[in-house]
Amino acid sequence: MDKLLFGALPYVLLAVGIVGAIYRYNSNRFTWSTQSSQFLENRTLFFGSFPWHYGIITILLAHFVGFLIPSSVLAWNSVPVRLYIFEASGLALGFLALFGLLALIYRRLTNSRAKAVTTGWDALLLIVLLIQVVTGLMNAMLYRWGSNWYAASAAPWMWSVIKLNPEVEYVASLPLFTKVHIFNAMLIVCLIPFTRLVHLFVINIYKYLVRPYQVVRWYSRDPKTENVVQYK
Amino acid sequence: MDIRAQLSMSFNLDKCIGCHTCSVSCKNVWTSRQGAEYMWWNNVETKPGAGYPLTWEDQERYRGGWEVVDGTLRLKLIKDNKLRTLASIFFQPNLPTIDDYYEPFTYDYQNLFNAPAGDDQPVARPKSLITGEFMEKIVLGPNWDDDFGGSPLYATNDPNLKNLSDSQKECLTKFHKLFYFYVPRICNHCLNPACVAACPSGAIYKRGEDGIVLIDQKTCRAWRFCISACPYKKPFYNWATGKSEKCIFCYPRTETGQANACGHACTGRIRTVGALFYDAERIEETAKLSDDKLVEGLRSIVLDPSDPKVIEAARNAGIEDNWIAAAQRSPAYNLFKKWRLSLPSHPEFRTLAMNFYVPPLSPILHQVKADKGGLFDPETDGFFTELENMRVPVKYLANLFTAGNESLVVESLKKQMAVRMWARMKRVGDISESEVKNALSQSGLTAQDAEDIYRLNTIATFKERFVIPETHRESKTTIDPRSMYEKRGTIGFGFKTKEVIGRQW
Repeated sequence: MDKLLFGALPYVLLAVGIVGAIYRYNSNRFTWSTQSSQFLENRTLFFGSFPWHYGIITILLAHFVGFLIPSSVLAWNSVPVRLYIFEASGLALGFLALFGLLALIYRRLTNSRAKAVTTGWDALLLIVLLIQVVTGLMNAMLYRWGSNWYAASAAPWMWSVIKLNPEVEYVASLPLFTKVHIFNAMLIVCLIPFTRLVHLFVINIYKYLVRPYQVVRWYSRDPKTENVVQYK
Repeated sequence: MDIRAQLSMSFNLDKCIGCHTCSVSCKNVWTSRQGAEYMWWNNVETKPGAGYPLTWEDQERYRGGWEVVDGTLRLKLIKDNKLRTLASIFFQPNLPTIDDYYEPFTYDYQNLFNAPAGDDQPVARPKSLITGEFMEKIVLGPNWDDDFGGSPLYATNDPNLKNLSDSQKECLTKFHKLFYFYVPRICNHCLNPACVAACPSGAIYKRGEDGIVLIDQKTCRAWRFCISACPYKKPFYNWATGKSEKCIFCYPRTETGQANACGHACTGRIRTVGALFYDAERIEETAKLSDDKLVEGLRSIVLDPSDPKVIEAARNAGIEDNWIAAAQRSPAYNLFKKWRLSLPSHPEFRTLAMNFYVPPLSPILHQVKADKGGLFDPETDGFFTELENMRVPVKYLANLFTAGNESLVVESLKKQMAVRMWARMKRVGDISESEVKNALSQSGLTAQDAEDIYRLNTIATFKERFVIPETHRESKTTIDPRSMYEKRGTIGFGFKTKEVIGRQW
């Protein structure tokens, strides 16, 4: 069972996610974003969108760092005070994200305008994300210290998957909540091309922060896009 | 000199009767789709009034347009720096919601036919076009305050009433002083557009050939910064597709030399369209001018298309001969620069709006008139000089069209008055020639000017009002190398490709 879930299925899910995302980007770029509903409802959204995005982005970055440099995470955690600070802020951010997510779900359930632009994929995504956040928080609270064994067992397993030599024994002994968390994470990756999650890969820092303000496109001149007015 | 061409529409407010034919023809052509029901790319507002969306001119609330900070131009939306604005990307504090426009609705007409027999007449209840649910009460709609010039509910919220004295504000409350007029609005296709500058995706652009500002629907990522940044609130969010849309100046029509749908339909013939040449190098310095100099600055970067130097520069810049010829007959140029009759809308937003308005004349409240039992002799009673007594306070018009500079409004009104006197002398003959000559020279017009203005505003033919040169995009293939044969039937809103993976979102 573990072999199937953490040895074979990861490849299927990740492949669907990545290939599907590339396919959707190339074939249907018009849909490559998320459909904002702030225009229809903006009071509850404030209490949902802000905490959710800032909580989840920070936590996701921490996961990514732990995946890239597990040894430095372990080194950081070797001093208890640093470990407590790390774990406590992770937990706080997790609750922030949970609060935001619950507000967003409440909004989708109760506001008729928001409901009108909610699809089945949106509902599925909210459920999957809720499972992910709740299991993540359970891991953090029940099995100390999550950041340590993430670096010691989950990160090596992820690397083994990437190296096409999945070492299932790393995760086989983990508790159920953790297994759900890990599998659900791969499910989320798989869902990227089918849902609004594609907006994870939307922001183009250059286009906003660096480009000159004005954009002019010519039909008869090269370069096609020419910026004329430079401002601060 | 970096000379460029721009299509520009002028509106003669003195002739607008507020019939909304322009809005309806625009709606039928472009925005009769789901998600766009509430959009009026062209709308006609009653002024004084709250406008559409409500109080769009109030930039303390919406933070649209530009401001000059330490000698540089900055989007009002960006309070400190771009990073801070980027941080608010998950929730935009300055975005208007659908309640600031109105919730689109239809009526349950079927109930009129299907209702069971009963004691009461069946009614068609309003139904939301977003949720499909019945609406308790319609609280706002397109032109909700139409013709409510004196309404304390709507007109008092007009941001242009600030700085008006109490006696000037009596135009809202005293019945015999009531006034209102209409302001038709489309996208201004600005030279320094705030929507373009604010877009995090770089999806909005100004076309080099004709200056039309467009949103690339495939690049738009629904950040909605354009909606907040545009001080005229003319980009709209399509809640069904999740993209922003705006007035496209009917480019598929203008490219082939046809008039815009709104202008073509105008029953009052208040609209004229023509080409302008401007100097793109001076956009930035013009946008930085102080409030009272903005209109003159805008007039100075619009170039004289009959000047041989300008013609040569235009040819060198690749502007085609049909554009140069059109610019020389352009009503936009004549109204704005030659005769100095038309003015931009809210130049203090510093986007350098490229549509122009001829401010409206209005009845003169003359005490003499009351004394004489309602008679008014234009020769002895100072018809021409008593602009201060017009029902529409000059200050109000100045807040709308010249960032508070009253002299420019007075100049335009005096010219219109002089042309009327000239025409009356010709037609009726009860005004002496010397009086008319005096009026014309005082306002800086020649008899020929008067005749030309009179013609353009009254009996001008369709081709005189719409001098739109063809763009011949088919011969310019740097962006889209397909031939016209391949392109036919593929241009417009929506796509022909079917969704294969996922849903629309």
